[in-house]
Amino acid sequence: MKFVGDRHLRKEDPRLLTGRGRYVADIARPGMLHAVLLRSPHAHARIHRVDATRARAHPGVVDVVTFADLGGAGRPLPIVPPHPSLRGRNFAPLAGDRARYVGEPVAAVVAESRYAAEDARELLRVEYEPVPSAQTLARGAPAVHDDIADNLAGRVVLACGDVDAALRAAPRVATLHLRVGRGGGQPMETRGLVAEWDPALGQLTVWASSQVPHQIRQFVAELLDLAPHQIRVIAPDVGGAFGAKLIVYPEDVLIPFLARRLARPVRWIEDRLEHMVAATQEREQEHEVTVGFDDAGRLLALRDRFLHDTGAYTPRGLVVPLLTASMLTGPYRIAAVEASVESRYTHRVPVTPYRGAGQPQAVFVIERVLDLVARETGIDRARVRLANLVRAEEMPWDTGMPNYRGSGHVVLDSGDLPSVLRRALDRAGYDALVAEAGAARAQGRLRGVGVACYVELTGVGPFESARVRVDAAGRITAWSGVTTQGQSLETTLAQVAADELGVTPDDVTVIAGDTGGVEHGTGSFASRAAVVGGNAIALAARDVREKARRLAAAALGCAETDLEQAGAAFADRGRPERRVTFAELAHLAGAATAGLGVEPGLESTRVFQPQDMTYASGAHVALVEVDPLSARVRILGYWICHDSGRLINPLVVEGQLQGAVALGIGSALLEEIVYDDAGQVLAGSYVDYLLPTATDVPTMVIDHLETPSPLNPLGLKGVGESGTLPVCAVLASAIEDALGPGGGRVSRMPLGPARLLDLLPPPVVK
Amino acid sequence: MTAPAMASHDVAVLVNGTERRARVIPRMLLADLLREEWGLTGTHLGCEHGACGTCTVLLDGEPTRSCLVFAVQADGCRVDTVEGLAGNGGELHPLQAAFRARHALQCGFCTPGILMTLAAFLDRHRSPSETEVREALSGNLCRCTGYQHIVQAALDVAAATREGRAST
Repeated sequence: MKFVGDRHLRKEDPRLLTGRGRYVADIARPGMLHAVLLRSPHAHARIHRVDATRARAHPGVVDVVTFADLGGAGRPLPIVPPHPSLRGRNFAPLAGDRARYVGEPVAAVVAESRYAAEDARELLRVEYEPVPSAQTLARGAPAVHDDIADNLAGRVVLACGDVDAALRAAPRVATLHLRVGRGGGQPMETRGLVAEWDPALGQLTVWASSQVPHQIRQFVAELLDLAPHQIRVIAPDVGGAFGAKLIVYPEDVLIPFLARRLARPVRWIEDRLEHMVAATQEREQEHEVTVGFDDAGRLLALRDRFLHDTGAYTPRGLVVPLLTASMLTGPYRIAAVEASVESRYTHRVPVTPYRGAGQPQAVFVIERVLDLVARETGIDRARVRLANLVRAEEMPWDTGMPNYRGSGHVVLDSGDLPSVLRRALDRAGYDALVAEAGAARAQGRLRGVGVACYVELTGVGPFESARVRVDAAGRITAWSGVTTQGQSLETTLAQVAADELGVTPDDVTVIAGDTGGVEHGTGSFASRAAVVGGNAIALAARDVREKARRLAAAALGCAETDLEQAGAAFADRGRPERRVTFAELAHLAGAATAGLGVEPGLESTRVFQPQDMTYASGAHVALVEVDPLSARVRILGYWICHDSGRLINPLVVEGQLQGAVALGIGSALLEEIVYDDAGQVLAGSYVDYLLPTATDVPTMVIDHLETPSPLNPLGLKGVGESGTLPVCAVLASAIEDALGPGGGRVSRMPLGPARLLDLLPPPVVK
Repeated sequence: MTAPAMASHDVAVLVNGTERRARVIPRMLLADLLREEWGLTGTHLGCEHGACGTCTVLLDGEPTRSCLVFAVQADGCRVDTVEGLAGNGGELHPLQAAFRARHALQCGFCTPGILMTLAAFLDRHRSPSETEVREALSGNLCRCTGYQHIVQAALDVAAATREGRAST
């Protein structure tokens, strides 16, 4: 192995740095039209009529489409994954007789230019009948779906042990009420599509800024009644996603529908104001927690009853609340746990996973519990955690909690959680930091230290596929069913392939996110792409090398054991002047191969199907200071120790962690989608929904522990989301410490200045 | 919109050192002129309300949000975009090279705007502190990187520029 583990510079950079990237909005096709969407201005309304007369007559307008025009495509998109407790409802490509959130698409205008389409959109007249909407998780809210009582999308209880008995027996019991607000992935590139229908070939080509092109192909095939082979979906350069591009959206079906209907290419690019009301969001939950523990700070029992806001539809079923519930114990040993959730519909943007996917809430809950236990017992917060962490010798550790897929328990496969925490504490100089913060507080400054641990579920299946091919010119191409939207997979997958093939990453071209590349694919989410996609690439590349060796031995007339490889060529060790290149072998493999005992083509297509999820782990330490006048939080120091198994590229992993922490800082301190009582979004632009800037995010110190996962050949664990998980928890811990005993308790995130002002301790009178 | 208000105008802009001409409607944005008319798609649009900095280009040398400027306002001006940063032989600008070396980009979508912002900043500030770099960068949003590697890349370039000047 030469390249896995290397801080290899990225193959995608020269293109992206010079403006030669190709994002979906950069794709222009001859005769292309531009679509814009009219979206519901009401959170809940009956739609009686759409009058498009004036819009149709506007210069440059080619078509206006409403639900009535959709024909067979006018039905709800499929819901994945199913769940026995789910009462699921999904959106159709356009709303029919009812709009259920501000932003739900109602009509599409297609014109020769976007300017003309937007003008004509102003001329559409929709007869809405606004009706009261559900803007609370409490029972008795107006029904979101007429046939679903109590707006209950699903009720699930995940449990292990006898929590009632354990709570009764516990020497100490305490309760917490915790809340987390809504936010979104907010990639800098919004969503978008270009679709083109070729009537002669019966072929639909779709460029989509998406994490799941294979799923788009499947849903488009279903709703447009096409065979999958008639559709090619390509995710070109994607400008970030973070979950905002995870599901198949109404537009993902609608734009291909328009392209086929009009037999002209159609482009739709979401604008940012649309993104704020149309891209899915996450995180809103309310938790009622009861914990039993002893005087040594050991956790004995945990009960968490929580409500989850799923918005108006459930395109991703119960995945988010199930992740919160199943991952509640995190890295800690707790014998008796009960997590029960009710997922409720509201007249708001649908909720689906974004970076972290229910797990940041779980970490926030359990870490608030640990801080509470530390406070009640008087034990230092880091030491309380060390007393409860699963130990290295206990791995693999069965938490006893069912996993979110219902395929077994959450079983931590490997790792050394106490070492991870100790290393983070060491890097931070924790004891000195705590002493310094205490001294600063004694002087009236609001300075505090926080600590938080986490495990993250990564490497989710069901599978990923890969195809590796050497063509007759010697080009090596590796196709993967994953997509890449900033995670550097063009580079890391090339590093994996290079090692398996005995060449360099520069010799390998990686193509991800193209249904034309591999027949089956899953996509990039759940910190899975490098783990599942990487192992699939390794299997396929290994096959190719074996095939190449077999062909080389035949070509050189020697035994395979006599072969010596130098880059993309083999030689006979005994007669080194006799050599044969990959290109020549590919040429051979393209001709009569039966006699050589191989199938044609120097290539292989393989699938990797992980038997279970693999769990990454880590610990974060933060030092903060709160300004007593403005209640602004400054992060003065940030330390991370992270274990994501074997690292393909440490530089890339560090970038993933830094970005994920930055996103977490937004979730903790800045970002919240706020709705008023009528379901209008009050934070609907970047002027009032604040993303972290360079002055909000601190320099982070990062340490790696590498415990290879036993669950895949390369020993990989995922990392993409990990950094986000503990940020709310660690900042809550640090801020609460900064406020001191006279300050309030942190029970709600995000904690912007308005909320934090209420928690400030009374001013010190000098 | 009535026809007279939509009357087109001729504009001439010096783009990356080459004069380009177009006939544009009055409300066409500079970003749309660059991207849709001239195919310079390296300039990206992130928010279209002037908040994210993704579409930053240099207008007569000043970092400017091309989503907040009409194409007609650029008539007779010099516009520099990310496509003009690298040398004629394709060699990366020192800032581009530093971005690569430091892994200062992930999805790359905000990168052109950040490169243009920092290129102009570093031209005027040869010895910036980290705080100054962060301030200069604070009008550009990046959702992928957490900014740390971007800041390091900018400081690397500033240091290399100073050393280069010291050694000559």
